[in-house]
Amino acid sequence: MAWRLRSLVAAAAIVAGASLTQAQTLKVVMHSDVKIVDPIWTTAYIVRNHGYMIYDTLFAMDEAGAIKPQMVDSFTESPDKLTYKFTLRDGLTWHDGKPVTPEDCIASIKRWSAKDPVGQKLMTFVDTMTADDAKSFTVKLKSPTGLLIFGLGKPSSNVPFMMPERVAKTDPNTQISEFIGSGPFVLKQDEWKPGDKIVYTKFKDYKPRAEPASGLAGGKVAKVDRIEWLAVADQQQAVNALLAGEIDMVEQPAFDLIPLVQSDSNIKLWNYNPLGLQYTLRFNHTQPPFDNPKVRQAVTYALNQKDFLEATIGNPEYYQVCKSMFVCGTPLSSEKGMEGLLESNFKKSQELLKEAGYDGKPIVLLHSTDLLALTNLGPVAKQLLEKGGFKVDMQSSDWQTVVSRRVRKDPVDKGGWNVMQTSWVSADILNPVMAGFFNASCDKAAFGWPCDEQMEKLRDDFAREPDPAKQKAIAEAVQARWREVVTHVHLGQYKVPIAARKNLSGILTAPAPVFWNVEKK
Amino acid sequence: MLGYILRRLLATIPVLLIVAVLVFLMLRLTPGDPAAVIAGDNATSEQIALIRNRLGLDKPILTQFAIWAGNLAQGNLGESFFFKKPIGELIAGRIEPTLSLAFATMLIAICVAIPLGVLAAYKHGSWIDRIVMGFSVLGFSVPVFVIGYALIYIFAITLGWFPVQGYQPLSGGFGGFVQRLVLPAVTLSVIYIALIARMTRASVLEVLNEDYIRTARAKGQVERKILFRHALKNAAVPIVTVVGIGIALLIGGVVVTESVYSIPGLGRLTVDAVLARDYPTIQAVILLFSGVYVGINLLIDLAYSLFDPRIRY
Repeated sequence: MAWRLRSLVAAAAIVAGASLTQAQTLKVVMHSDVKIVDPIWTTAYIVRNHGYMIYDTLFAMDEAGAIKPQMVDSFTESPDKLTYKFTLRDGLTWHDGKPVTPEDCIASIKRWSAKDPVGQKLMTFVDTMTADDAKSFTVKLKSPTGLLIFGLGKPSSNVPFMMPERVAKTDPNTQISEFIGSGPFVLKQDEWKPGDKIVYTKFKDYKPRAEPASGLAGGKVAKVDRIEWLAVADQQQAVNALLAGEIDMVEQPAFDLIPLVQSDSNIKLWNYNPLGLQYTLRFNHTQPPFDNPKVRQAVTYALNQKDFLEATIGNPEYYQVCKSMFVCGTPLSSEKGMEGLLESNFKKSQELLKEAGYDGKPIVLLHSTDLLALTNLGPVAKQLLEKGGFKVDMQSSDWQTVVSRRVRKDPVDKGGWNVMQTSWVSADILNPVMAGFFNASCDKAAFGWPCDEQMEKLRDDFAREPDPAKQKAIAEAVQARWREVVTHVHLGQYKVPIAARKNLSGILTAPAPVFWNVEKK
Repeated sequence: MLGYILRRLLATIPVLLIVAVLVFLMLRLTPGDPAAVIAGDNATSEQIALIRNRLGLDKPILTQFAIWAGNLAQGNLGESFFFKKPIGELIAGRIEPTLSLAFATMLIAICVAIPLGVLAAYKHGSWIDRIVMGFSVLGFSVPVFVIGYALIYIFAITLGWFPVQGYQPLSGGFGGFVQRLVLPAVTLSVIYIALIARMTRASVLEVLNEDYIRTARAKGQVERKILFRHALKNAAVPIVTVVGIGIALLIGGVVVTESVYSIPGLGRLTVDAVLARDYPTIQAVILLFSGVYVGINLLIDLAYSLFDPRIRY
């Protein structure tokens, strides 16, 4: 009898233990499957999110948008603002147990800066980067810039994640093959099955900062033992699984499914990223008629943001009209000089087209049909542009075809294009250096290839200026110049909430979804 | 017979070669650039060109084909552009879910469809026949994803009998394996039940009018024996053909079903690879599917001789 009782107690303990373990596992459906795990090699947001799981950063953006030290314990700035000395925190180790060294950080900064636009600009200011001792390193600049600290705390793709030197020395155009970070979670490589799931476990030796977590900064305390990102391609199925309690969170539920989620009292919506995203229309500046600035200006009169946002988001709770070329709700935001634009003044658009001598040749609008967030933009753009005096040939295809066509500079009748639409995470376009579409360096610019020396000079001025007040003035000058050259057009700001079961708490307000501080009860 | 099998096996080589060439060329002609997909929104033309160079996509098409064919001849399917894993390893990791789903689907389809078809033929013109044929038309007409969502709503969300999505390998426990396979397999089997039941009915109906059936009845054979021993066996050749074609068509069906139920099989791998323009993976998967198709056709031909001794190779 006694042994039976002991067996029962033991069995109960095992069951209780199992339940406890279960309670510490977070099952999440992210917006996409993780196929690539090198956050420097690609700008894909899902890979950036993966980066925040296993890597750490020297600096990080807090909830208020300020850049705060993260792996860095302290830093000094010389009076001439040319020499910066960084000291790393005590106890930082890689997932393999080796200590984080300044050499690791320098190699990581170099690899990141070879790929990222802010990093590339930053490197034009950097003279040398040298390790001083086991914990500190010095960056010497050729001339002062506000990009150093901002760049090292850049919140979105590409994020300057720190990697061991041997990994960071991989050619930036080749994927890394070792996935060791120093962040709060460890990648379980043996359980990573692309197309099925990616698994992370708590890094037990991680030393969080003492401050409370705030945005991407502060103490990164992992409160669950294991996190599984499940690859569920079908949005309806992800929500079904959430409603059935099979999973804990859906990162980006489709807007038409939000009422379904809201109707369940066990689910809560979190607006974790108040700055959200920005819809954008991009011109091909190398092909007529958009090689003529007057024709591009006509577009700024023909369009209005509300029509796009109504067609794609629908619920005003999740969108806002934002005429500023820098994200509304951030320090550089301003509507100065934007009066009269984006109000669907079709008459003005038609007048400008007449002045520009537009010959009525149809413009090719690339329309993506398979990404829910972008699908409805095309028909709205077509309708508004046609009312504004354009003839539009909307060519529909899957997103990857759009991506492949948009990098072609060929004439329109040989597979080229005139306009396309995309969406940016707001944290990627906070200033004129970060926002790749302001890059007007002709062939060296991103697709669309705008060419404007004055715009480039303003961007350089911004990069050189460390004073935030003067940066704001330069940003306004950029906006004024934009009105003349119109590199691209913003179509409205929106945000996507996280849907999570109510037993989850601690989801942080940040430009990217992060999983430290998240608790499951 | 052995000579026939060998001849058929040798004949698969040119078929697979033609498939390989066609797939390779069609992919290169399809709009899409993996380098642009990888490079992202901020990439300059120079960065895209660098990635293209790393992937070997800047080489002439003939050179690319020669490299791929050379590797293939050595049994090397190459490495995925995106997953950075050998494609053989990727496929090996995806075969179990797809095979399990395909096997369970065909098992359900055959077990349900053949008795239904025989019954419909036997009760020709009755309300049973009409119900079976009505179901058959419905099974053909309703898309797989609609059936999937309906079953999920009823059996997973409302009744909570089965999980909404996901797959559990057999090694993780038989109970969980079966529980997660039931809804996807039933979803996918509906169309095959319709197809096989219809064909079985037509074939058995034709055989039931033959003289030897009448003779069997005159000899006093019981109806069950007449139906299953005499009629069904003689009606088997077209049924086997339809089952075989069904298995081949299943490849297309699993793509949708695996997406709806989040099953990490070859169908999902194909969709992901196509959307990302992962050329080496698409080429390998299509080649594999072609091999399976050719293999199934061979097996069907061989099965004919089992059911009809008059057929000799």
